Amino acid sequence: MTRPMFDRRSVVAGLLLSTALGSIPALAQAPAPYQVTPELIEAAKKEGTVTFYTATDVAVSEKVGSAFEAKYPGIKVKVERSGSERVFQRLSQEYGSSIHNADVVETSDAVHFVLFKRNGWLAQAVPAEVAKDWPKEAKDADGYYAAYRAHLSVIGYNSKQVRAEDAPKSHADLLDPKWRGRIVKAHPGYSGTVMTGTDVLSRALGWEFFEKLGKQRIMQVQSSTEPPKKLAQGERSIEADGNEYNMFMLKESGVPVEIVYATEGTPIAIGHGGIMKNAPHPNAAKLFYSFLFDQETQQLNSDSGGLRSFHPRVKEKETRTPLSKIKLLYSDPVKLEPNIEMIKKKYEEYFGT
Amino acid sequence: MTAITGIVSGVPIRRVAIDWSRPIFVLLTVVLSVLVVLPLGWLGYYAVTDQSGSLSLANFRALVSDATLRRPFIVAITMALSVGLLSCAIATPLAWIVARTDMPARTLVRGLVMASFVTPPFLGAIAWEILAAPNSGIINAVYRWLFDLDPYEYLVDIYTLSGLVFAIACYTFPYVFTLVTNALERVPTELEEASAILGGGLWTTLRKVTVPLVLPAMLAGSLIAVLQALTMFGSPAILALPANFHVITTKIWSLFQYPPKPGLAAAAALPLLLVTILLLWTQRRILGRRGYTTVGGKSGSARITVLGRWKWLALGFTFLVLSLTVLMPYAALVKTALTRTVAEPLTFESFTLHHIWFVFFEFSATQLALRNTFLLGFLTATIGTAIALVVAYLVTRGSSRGAPLLGYLATAPVAIPGIVLGVGLFLSYSSPILPLYGTLWILLIAFLTIEMPAGYQQLSSAFKSVHVELEEAGRILGATRMTTLRTITAPLLRSNVVAAWCFVFIGTIRELSATILLTTADTKLVSVIIYDLNESGDLGAISVLGIMLLMVSFAVVFLANRLPLLGGVRVAPVRG
Repeated sequence: MTRPMFDRRSVVAGLLLSTALGSIPALAQAPAPYQVTPELIEAAKKEGTVTFYTATDVAVSEKVGSAFEAKYPGIKVKVERSGSERVFQRLSQEYGSSIHNADVVETSDAVHFVLFKRNGWLAQAVPAEVAKDWPKEAKDADGYYAAYRAHLSVIGYNSKQVRAEDAPKSHADLLDPKWRGRIVKAHPGYSGTVMTGTDVLSRALGWEFFEKLGKQRIMQVQSSTEPPKKLAQGERSIEADGNEYNMFMLKESGVPVEIVYATEGTPIAIGHGGIMKNAPHPNAAKLFYSFLFDQETQQLNSDSGGLRSFHPRVKEKETRTPLSKIKLLYSDPVKLEPNIEMIKKKYEEYFGT
Repeated sequence: MTAITGIVSGVPIRRVAIDWSRPIFVLLTVVLSVLVVLPLGWLGYYAVTDQSGSLSLANFRALVSDATLRRPFIVAITMALSVGLLSCAIATPLAWIVARTDMPARTLVRGLVMASFVTPPFLGAIAWEILAAPNSGIINAVYRWLFDLDPYEYLVDIYTLSGLVFAIACYTFPYVFTLVTNALERVPTELEEASAILGGGLWTTLRKVTVPLVLPAMLAGSLIAVLQALTMFGSPAILALPANFHVITTKIWSLFQYPPKPGLAAAAALPLLLVTILLLWTQRRILGRRGYTTVGGKSGSARITVLGRWKWLALGFTFLVLSLTVLMPYAALVKTALTRTVAEPLTFESFTLHHIWFVFFEFSATQLALRNTFLLGFLTATIGTAIALVVAYLVTRGSSRGAPLLGYLATAPVAIPGIVLGVGLFLSYSSPILPLYGTLWILLIAFLTIEMPAGYQQLSSAFKSVHVELEEAGRILGATRMTTLRTITAPLLRSNVVAAWCFVFIGTIRELSATILLTTADTKLVSVIIYDLNESGDLGAISVLGIMLLMVSFAVVFLANRLPLLGGVRVAPVRG
């Protein structure tokens, strides 16, 4: 009688808990890089579709999908966009019940790829471009995933409501009583970017920073794409965190928002991509995955998405501050993973949710 | 004459005809048990076991000892009761005005209340963000402009507990309104006339006759409003989280974030179930054994009060309610759909069709989601209403000893927050034996379960108001229970059946909380893509989708009410 229940329990452990319990694939060398060959294109066309689970802003990922469809007519891209944690939750649920919808997956939370790899859900694949040009830190040593994009989590303000000289210059400035009731902030339980940011900032500034920030009557939103949009609306004047790329896009379309690179440093979130081992369209997946790292795609991400790229030949718009001029705070996903529970608990204690 | 032959010929017929109510009863018990007990069973199992599957009360200990788990309960109950009170306070006078006075434009008012009912609460909450966010909200912008105030001064803040109560009540008051209007139309004239003859004025008659007679409807409606609020996920997720507090559903939802704690979530859902049972029990106690059968074989049409000068007060009140619940939110959505960013006023420069273009031509999920949503809405409404009709009949007419059990089974899902039911269903139907996850079937099952209480409540209160004498006449004439139901009771209740169908249809297409855990790439629904767009702050696209959802829902409700087959010809008050 208990047998099926135990089976169910383990299924659920796989899908909802999806954690350290998963099997650890034997460490392997990265496979030889692959090229896009006419045979691969032909095989991909036979499959006809590729399903892309992504956490990149919906307008940008739809553009990437259309660009692929234009380059390889006959292959349809199904873009499934949600917040990073929702993508992760959905994929975990689906794999737990042996539904293999996703071909290629991409989220902004590097921890996910540590877990995906540990669970043995990813296929090894290294596009030629990645093998040649990507820095060692921006790809998996075993070839399971690579950094599709990176973005910063920045402080920002609405320049119609706040003058540049009054704007905060650092995280410490956010604690000024004059910003009480005027700050918007995203949530680490929901946003991988903010989880990464909370991790590095609590190390750099101590938890007292968040305890004090929690008393500023902040407006709490979920996704890190949201604070910039609340600034644009004029609903709040300052964002404590939020995606740099959303700020770029708003600013470049004429919305009065400005980015602040805090003196203490700015958290960087690396968004990996990978091919699922059980991809229903393995060839289309390989073709699409390689396409994601092409110079043109990466340039598109930078131009219309404001994302940072590891491709050395991508040219950023001149109005954007290059990464080399920003003090960056890196988080280690392997070290972050066991602390997630504690970070959420502390956060709820200080902020209420 | 015909009646006499009926009786004569009825005797032999009755011996031959099989009473199907028994096998149907058994079948329904099985169906409802599968729908309700299976997911609840898994939840219960998860609540009392630990990671390894052995018995443990750790989840309940955490529930009692952890303040971050206790607080959301208190907040949620406060919120739900306030919603119930507010809904009743808005809806009852409005229902009386519409059903029993000569105020002009009553049909229009009914239509607009229907509009607020059709509006998904999460869409209403988003519209109210656009209207009443403290800084960017249109109302506050106008307020500052009118009184020449500094930036950051505001009149209303939707991101508060009272704001949340208001935003929910805007879309739950129609439950009370519909039930009370129906009841008011059925109050027998004789009783009110008797009161008038005995010297009772309008006020006395209202207080001593009319209100007591519609009390069951008021209570039933408020109860639905309370339970809706208690188990609602969308509006609190949109309005409470920015205000830094949790209600129980958002808390349960947060327990599924990484690393997820399904056991704790299941345990947190059980007190909700208890609260609901307590509410239902209280309702029964209040109503007690008093009889409230109002539609009998003999009653006249409802008395209409002539308002005279009071007409303006009635019109003013009605306009205020409808502005807050329908007119202003809709205007805000239309404005947002047509302007580049939310902050700009709608002018020639800011006018854009970009959002509409994006939704229909760039956003790849739209078409599939629309098709799925309306297919599921139609199927759920049709199957759900049929089941609810038979269940309500068997229960209210006490056909057999186990009948009340059916009633409890049909009402139980009301206590389960959609998000928890979503998990229960997911656990039940993702196994290799019943691999329904990833198909539309699991959503159909989810919606049937979720909407069963609404359909059942509607129809059982309708049954209670139809006097059993009409059916008895049929039974005496030799018809079986099912034949009486088909040929006498159901036609009498035709407008109720259509109403229940619409209830279920609308409930389905706006469902979000269970859906959010059960959809996959191929089974996407409009409510989910709206939620996904909200998390990335795309208010323009949301407005376009929302308006479209509303228009189609309206069309369906309108058609359902017009088709003669479905009771479009209003059944005239039944006379002897």
